[in-house]
Amino acid sequence: MSSETVEREISTIVSKAIEKHGAHRDALIPILGEVNKVLGYIPAAALREVRKRLHHPEDRVFVSESQLYSLASFYSMFSTQPRGRHVVQFCESAPCHVQGGRELIHALQDALELKPGETSADGKWSLMMTSCLGVCAVGPVILIDEDIYGNLTPEQLPMIFAKYD
Amino acid sequence: MAFYRSHVLVCVDPSCISKGAYEVMDAPQDELVAQGLIDEVQVLETSRIGACISGPEIMVYPEAVHYVGLTPEDIPDLVEEHFLKGRVVEKLQLKVKPAVDEELGPPKAKEVRVVLRNCGKIDPENIEDYIAEDGYQALANVLSTMTPDQVIDEVSRSGLRGRGGAGFSTGKKWSLCRAVNDFPKYITCNADEGDPGAFMNRRVLEGDPHSVIEGMIICAYAIGASYGYVYCRAEYPIAVRTLNIAIQQARGLGLLGENILGSGFSFDLEVRQGAGAFVCGEETALIASIEGKRGEPRPRPPFPAVKGLWGKPTNNNNVETFANIPRIIINGANWFASMGTEKSKGTKTFAIAGDVNHSGLIEVPLGITLREVVYDVAGGIKDGKGLKAVQIGGPMGGFLCEQHLDIGVDYESLSGAGAMMGSGGFVVMDDETCMVDMARFFMEFTQDESCGKCTPCRVGTRRVLEILQKICAGQGTPEDLALLEGLCPEIQRNSLCGLGQGATNPVVSSIRWFRQEYEAHIFEKRCPAKVCRALIRYEISDNCTGCTVCARNCPVQVITGERRQLHVIDTEACIRCGICLQVCNFNAVKVIS
Amino acid sequence: MPAIKSLEDLKRIREEALEKRKVKTESGVAQVTVAMGTCGIAAGARDTMKAILNYIETHNVSGVVVTQTGCIGMCEREPIVQVIIGEQPKVTYGKVTPDIAERIMKEHVQAGKTVSEFVVPA
Repeated sequence: MSSETVEREISTIVSKAIEKHGAHRDALIPILGEVNKVLGYIPAAALREVRKRLHHPEDRVFVSESQLYSLASFYSMFSTQPRGRHVVQFCESAPCHVQGGRELIHALQDALELKPGETSADGKWSLMMTSCLGVCAVGPVILIDEDIYGNLTPEQLPMIFAKYD
Repeated sequence: MAFYRSHVLVCVDPSCISKGAYEVMDAPQDELVAQGLIDEVQVLETSRIGACISGPEIMVYPEAVHYVGLTPEDIPDLVEEHFLKGRVVEKLQLKVKPAVDEELGPPKAKEVRVVLRNCGKIDPENIEDYIAEDGYQALANVLSTMTPDQVIDEVSRSGLRGRGGAGFSTGKKWSLCRAVNDFPKYITCNADEGDPGAFMNRRVLEGDPHSVIEGMIICAYAIGASYGYVYCRAEYPIAVRTLNIAIQQARGLGLLGENILGSGFSFDLEVRQGAGAFVCGEETALIASIEGKRGEPRPRPPFPAVKGLWGKPTNNNNVETFANIPRIIINGANWFASMGTEKSKGTKTFAIAGDVNHSGLIEVPLGITLREVVYDVAGGIKDGKGLKAVQIGGPMGGFLCEQHLDIGVDYESLSGAGAMMGSGGFVVMDDETCMVDMARFFMEFTQDESCGKCTPCRVGTRRVLEILQKICAGQGTPEDLALLEGLCPEIQRNSLCGLGQGATNPVVSSIRWFRQEYEAHIFEKRCPAKVCRALIRYEISDNCTGCTVCARNCPVQVITGERRQLHVIDTEACIRCGICLQVCNFNAVKVIS
Repeated sequence: MPAIKSLEDLKRIREEALEKRKVKTESGVAQVTVAMGTCGIAAGARDTMKAILNYIETHNVSGVVVTQTGCIGMCEREPIVQVIIGEQPKVTYGKVTPDIAERIMKEHVQAGKTVSEFVVPA
């Protein structure tokens, strides 16, 4: 894709996000969230575009790129680096930890050949740790994209991963 | 469809079978045939009914009569009395509910469901279901017969305290916001439930969203607010969806928006999703996040009730606090105050997780003892192991142990023991848990979630974590313990918000109650619970038959041995994954520390 | 539904909703409820729900209302399916896989015999 096409694409995505959530300061987090959802991460070009659209000094609305970057880097569900097509999030909380989570995280790392925070070379998988997903009674739990899997054992992993292309 | 007038469920769990359940099962069949009742009464096998210690047992539906301790000789009389003459045979009936083996699920003797009353009963995506259960009746009463001051008075008299963890009087909080003469005023509902192991709010949001909405509208009327936000964590996408549907339906019926129920009062609300920051559960950080900023707390005063969202008066309450309001209005303050203890009124939901038989949610009157929660309601520790510790209140809660089992679960008693109610999550740990490892584990979490604004938390938690990691890796020194004991109170006293102030609670309480474990790690380089990998080694004992299963399964191939000969593990190269222990069928692999 | 403008409106909706429920129980219609809270979904409740709906379609079953509810509370037994037939007491099933769901539809909902080995005692 040429850099022009990429820019156009980002511009459309940002426009749609602003249209959905409103062009005001307190909509910044939902807007960034929308971009993150569509692209899998928030590229620097998107931050620039958001600023362009929302910075209106004449109306005393000041938005800077560093501010936007500080938001994108603060919230763990946002990423400023590209992520894999499928993001595997593993619940790192205590109840999952004591119910077999310790063993499962090793199995996950072995199966995906990734450490938490890494993305596979072919761009298919990213492995992340996440905070408690609130389904502790069926732990240990993982979230793949928006699909949640509970009562997990290492044996189930190959079958679950095979569902995603 | 064949309809039986009665069903007899016979428990065929192993413990009942060992006491003669099958013989007891055959006997009624024979008797029912003899009495000509076989087409009207069906005998079925079932799993555990609940009184296995007195088994064999049967449950007769639809009357739900529970007979226990049965022998085949009891059956002919039982069939004649119960099914022919319609009389319950009292001497065979269960008299006292057993203390163990009780199910979570439909409410039991100790549960009182206020907040959870509709969960599992109604379709949360259908507002009519909610209305059928007296939904929005409280709102109608409030708008037509009560003044804002009267509403606040009722809530104050009920004794309801903030269910998010701080336990501040809800009525007082509302009156503080009401007293401020600045508009517009806002309401925020804290649905960020970040405590690992806590999912009470999720259940209410997914199962009974209107109870929260109704509570918020009543609050808005009481304090004079015109708009509200439900700040829901992004890890709960289904709750967000259910809430949005509920809000649409409420708007459609005119229960949200302009001139609600023709009263002249207007209020609307929307859902704001979090983005994965635990600290946003802290009210000032939550407010910052709604404003589109980093979730960084700020010093208080001024409190949000005076200066909150965009500098305007804002009342923030937890999901559960709001969900209690409609019930308090309908049943009255005295009803709510009749439950709980003198200073901790009402009921509270708790989420029990960890090494217990029945994890899940319960709602009980405050004041129930820890023993009752762990053993009666949660069915005791899994696999018959012993209890080591219970952590209450999330990652900033302290640990309690065996000697605290008879403490009542209420705000005062818990803080007196160095723990806290928090949002109400219980994590139960069995005797194979290493407390130093658990303290390190919780510190990893809080360190990661620290927003970074204030030095004591940002730097302090990192240093504490480093020391704990050292100790778990077998490199602890005697000075480390003293350092921890000096550092933790400083972090607690000087941090800006509840995260930093509470981050060291697991460390402090684990040193207090489990000091000998720390000392073993430091002085003896030994992990008593055999968990910390650097301090354990795997060895093969004489039980070994030389079957070679362990050697074949070892991922790093460090087990050597001939067939039928004792196998040996190369301790230096062993990565302590534990696979050999799992696959050995002869109990020959031992973990030594 | 038109907006509720007064206490009387609210009362009327409540009574209508209660009446609708009564009609369901009295007509002997079977109500099958699947717990679709996040814990249920994590344990596979979506597949269970699909299996039930599929069964109804392929076998042309009538007189059954399938609904969903939030988390019931027996999280470690998810997926949970509850069956109420007419005025009979509610039967709760635990750990309902798609195969077990089909059995429940066939043996309990259609033929009236509870699939006892999966019943969760009340």
